[in-house]
Amino acid sequence: MPVMSYIQAVTKALQEEMQRDENVFVLGEDVGKRGGVFRATDGLYDEFGEERVIDTPLAESAIAGVGIGAAMYGKRPVAEMQFADFIMPAVNQIISEAAKMRYRSNNDWSAPMTIRAPYGGGVHGALYHSQSVESVFANQPGLKIVMPSTPYDVKGLLKAAIRDDDPVLFFEHKRAYRLIKGEVPEDDYTLPIGKADVKREGSDVTVITYGLCVNFALQAAEKLAEEGIDAHILDLRTVYPLDQEAIIEAAKKTGKVLLVTEDNKEGSIIGQVSAIIAENCLFDLDAPVQRLAGPDVPSMPYAPTMEKYFMMNPDKVEQAMRDLAEF
Amino acid sequence: MAENRHQSLGLSDEQVLDMYRTMLMARKIDERMWLLNRSGKIPFVISCQGQEAAQVGASFALDREKDYVAPYYRDMGVVLAFGMTAQDLMLSGFAKAEDPNSGGRQMPGHFGQKKNRILSGSSPVTTQVPHAVGVALASKMEKKDIVSLVTLGEGSSNQGDFHEGLNFAGVHKLPVITMVENNKYAISVPQEKQIASKNVSDRAVGYGMPGFTVDGNDPLAVYEAVKAAADRARNGEGPTLIETVSYRLTPHSSDDDDRTYREREEVEEAKKKDSLITFKKYLQDAGVLTEDKEKEMEEELTKIINDATDYAENAPYAEPESALKYVYAENE
Amino acid sequence: MAKEKINMPQLGESVTEGTISSWLVEPGDTVNKYDPIAEVMTDKVNAEVPSSFTGKITELVASEGDTIEVGELMCYIETEGGGEEASSDDTGEDKPEAPVEKEAVGDAEDQADEDQPMKKRYSPAVLRMAQENDIDLNKVKGSGRGGRITRKDLEKIIASGDIPKAGDKQPEPAKQEAPKQEEPAAPSQPAAASAQPAQSGPQPTAQEGDVEIPVTGVRKAIAQNMVKSKTEIPHAWMTVEVDVTNLAELRNAKKDEFKQKEGFSLTYFAFFVKAVAQALKEFPELNSTWAGDKIIQRKAINLNIAVASGNQLFVPVIKDADEKSIKGIAKDITDLAKKARDGKLTSADMEGGTFTVNNTGSFGSVQSMGVINHPQAAILQVESIVKRPVFMNGMFAARDMVNLCLSLDHRVLDGLVCGNFLARVKEILENMTKENTSVY
Repeated sequence: MPVMSYIQAVTKALQEEMQRDENVFVLGEDVGKRGGVFRATDGLYDEFGEERVIDTPLAESAIAGVGIGAAMYGKRPVAEMQFADFIMPAVNQIISEAAKMRYRSNNDWSAPMTIRAPYGGGVHGALYHSQSVESVFANQPGLKIVMPSTPYDVKGLLKAAIRDDDPVLFFEHKRAYRLIKGEVPEDDYTLPIGKADVKREGSDVTVITYGLCVNFALQAAEKLAEEGIDAHILDLRTVYPLDQEAIIEAAKKTGKVLLVTEDNKEGSIIGQVSAIIAENCLFDLDAPVQRLAGPDVPSMPYAPTMEKYFMMNPDKVEQAMRDLAEF
Repeated sequence: MAENRHQSLGLSDEQVLDMYRTMLMARKIDERMWLLNRSGKIPFVISCQGQEAAQVGASFALDREKDYVAPYYRDMGVVLAFGMTAQDLMLSGFAKAEDPNSGGRQMPGHFGQKKNRILSGSSPVTTQVPHAVGVALASKMEKKDIVSLVTLGEGSSNQGDFHEGLNFAGVHKLPVITMVENNKYAISVPQEKQIASKNVSDRAVGYGMPGFTVDGNDPLAVYEAVKAAADRARNGEGPTLIETVSYRLTPHSSDDDDRTYREREEVEEAKKKDSLITFKKYLQDAGVLTEDKEKEMEEELTKIINDATDYAENAPYAEPESALKYVYAENE
Repeated sequence: MAKEKINMPQLGESVTEGTISSWLVEPGDTVNKYDPIAEVMTDKVNAEVPSSFTGKITELVASEGDTIEVGELMCYIETEGGGEEASSDDTGEDKPEAPVEKEAVGDAEDQADEDQPMKKRYSPAVLRMAQENDIDLNKVKGSGRGGRITRKDLEKIIASGDIPKAGDKQPEPAKQEAPKQEEPAAPSQPAAASAQPAQSGPQPTAQEGDVEIPVTGVRKAIAQNMVKSKTEIPHAWMTVEVDVTNLAELRNAKKDEFKQKEGFSLTYFAFFVKAVAQALKEFPELNSTWAGDKIIQRKAINLNIAVASGNQLFVPVIKDADEKSIKGIAKDITDLAKKARDGKLTSADMEGGTFTVNNTGSFGSVQSMGVINHPQAAILQVESIVKRPVFMNGMFAARDMVNLCLSLDHRVLDGLVCGNFLARVKEILENMTKENTSVY
């Protein structure tokens, strides 16, 4: 099985879907000739031409809005927001329009589009190239938000997102792009949106997280295994709507739950996960549910000292896991 | 006998009568909505009155079998021309389950009907502009001979989506016609406090497309401008911006009182130019609309609207739990 | 003068590595700070990397065409002033020491309640399980912080079937967590020292209803040897996980025919003993004994195995195990077990052991920390083979997995050699397949 990087899996999924369905097209800033500032659409312009790999004007609301219109017509647009931080001008289109299209038209119209955006920090990107923005969208029924952790999941989930009949936000961790490599089958497979995935079985402490942090948790778990601490790791994969069943099952498995995100703590996805556990798992809990998250400051600072302080890493996760395991 | 303008535009007598009938239907449904609102039967009305000529003139200039429209909340004339019925609109006014726009989920005026290619709209203004551009993009990608028309008010032409959408269309030379129905007021704020340029159409040059300002009370003038724009679009010459100037004859909505911000004399003056009066006069002068025909039309429309009102009033609401449906695709 | 490093810089936000397309300097060249020293190619950009120092290039560590990670060394430069700050990437992070497991089960007696502020803070899960299983929480020792009783503590008690009920009058340091897996390690020399087992503090006294069992014979010998081993030998522990799916296939394919032909069973244990004997030949360090001022490495590989008989345990010896086939080992195991059951083991059967292999898996154990069979240097516990989902080739597969738990005398042995030994045993076992392994 070929080994590829996280970002190569993005490109591969796009290429395969564009080959499979001529309604699929890509639009965004610098996605054409340049192949994307991160090179996620590398080679697609040459293979599919400028009509299906569209360099748009620098205007995020139009990227989202034009995509919605094309999707209503019957296309399968895949829009790229250059950085998740720059999705804000498109929020009205995404929340007021895409999210509500099916509901407000009583199932007459729909907006089956995918919006990809690189998120996350640890790349010296400072305040506006480091943010996690999923919680902005994570109370908007009608949207689905996918945040994969591995190249295998990237390919399967991005293909599923493109085929999904509803709008999907697909957030890719930009630090994972070239850091995370893994085996990706060459065949045409999709993974279910809305389903979490157990990345490691264990009995001492449950970690529930998503995106790059899954990799941090797995690294920490390997170290802790040497100390006899056996971690159970659930990768949410889809952060909205949440896979309640899997969350409850994972929480009950050990009764000690650590929730990890690199987003700010207040109002993040994991707060919602915590509420689900509180509602469903009282008599299985063996410790207070713990949240490990970024601090409640506006965003990640530029200077390496402050960035490191803000950013999640395997050591922080390991420490929190050990602390909970010893409770 | 007056000059026969419609024949020189290639319109038959039947077609202009149909235009007038559609305008009259819109006006009469709108008036009925106000009566229902003031009698406590429907909670909200937002009017088309004063803009019927622009809406119907533009719609008749398109191919209503294949073109797409992205209307805004006043466009009753557009949706009627594109195939929505009086009964459909009344069901929407009463928020009944059968309402094809939203099944009673949205306020009246939030149009949408896929079978007639009427894109679903929302309340935040101008969001429909990029949607129409997206349809035009898809049409161009598929090399289809399809044009999209998007309408909005002059106040909405200040929104980012207007500029982002028109620029996108201009850059990619897309077959989309943007029609700003300038009714002089954005709720209470007059045009001169909304738009820095003399005309909304002056903005077109910034997006690399032609811009025209036409008399919004004259359906034939609007027809002519939109027809030319549609022809350009179908020829691959790209988008057009058209501004139709008329006057909003009613308050902004059933919840507004326009006496607080404009003089009655101004409204009375505008009513003299009401297209329902001026176009009727034209058709009478042209010998197209006879007294008999007018009577017949009045009676027919009254019956249709009465029946539609009764039907909608008696139609069932959606089941309460149906509020949970259609958040996502439900594949059975 | 100071020797400085120039490392691969981060060229672009998501870039983790760069390829040196060409060096622009050679050793001996003098460069100024910010002079370009190499052309580097990454997924995102091609760039000239500037020198971070003024000085003389002394060594190009990476070659043209090499792809190296961000932060890794490219070349050395000798600076003149020596005043430049040294690169801060050298944080000695290596910790090659063998992991030292902490004692999972401490003694309950000397922990007064004031040291256990969390002892009676019960979580919802603990209360529910106590109620459902009628467990008297007062009689449970908590392994959590501050003496808190954890859900896992109760899971273990429930699994053991030895549940402290409210009516029972057993004393607090109850027998939960009785280290039964250590018993099989009991040495066989029943006539060892006669001294009292070392015991500090007051002797517990029996209450009404308690049963007193006199400690005699084998029990006494076991107790004495355990104390001797645990007090003398600084134990350390290591565990490896072995995939024996192939071995299971091998055994399943041959066991019926074998039994029919030979008249005794082809047990898994025989394969493990064989593998250990082979690995010991390659790592004689483990086949040794502490002798005060020296360590004696044994030439012979004589493996003690544990055999239970009633409530007695014996550790007879498979002599020269490295010279025997799997069949030969299986035969020895069968014979020794039969002798033990019939009470016919002789002292010759139990003498000369150099290393112990303990079949704890036969009790269902999946992990244990054996007590070394004094004066040997190590003991290996072979745990239960369990089917588990294992991540293979990007997906889960059901595999037969077994833990091998090694206890080692840290005076004689270190983590490195034991790790290598275990890795070798693992390799041998994982490569035992139908195709390449004969039992004869």
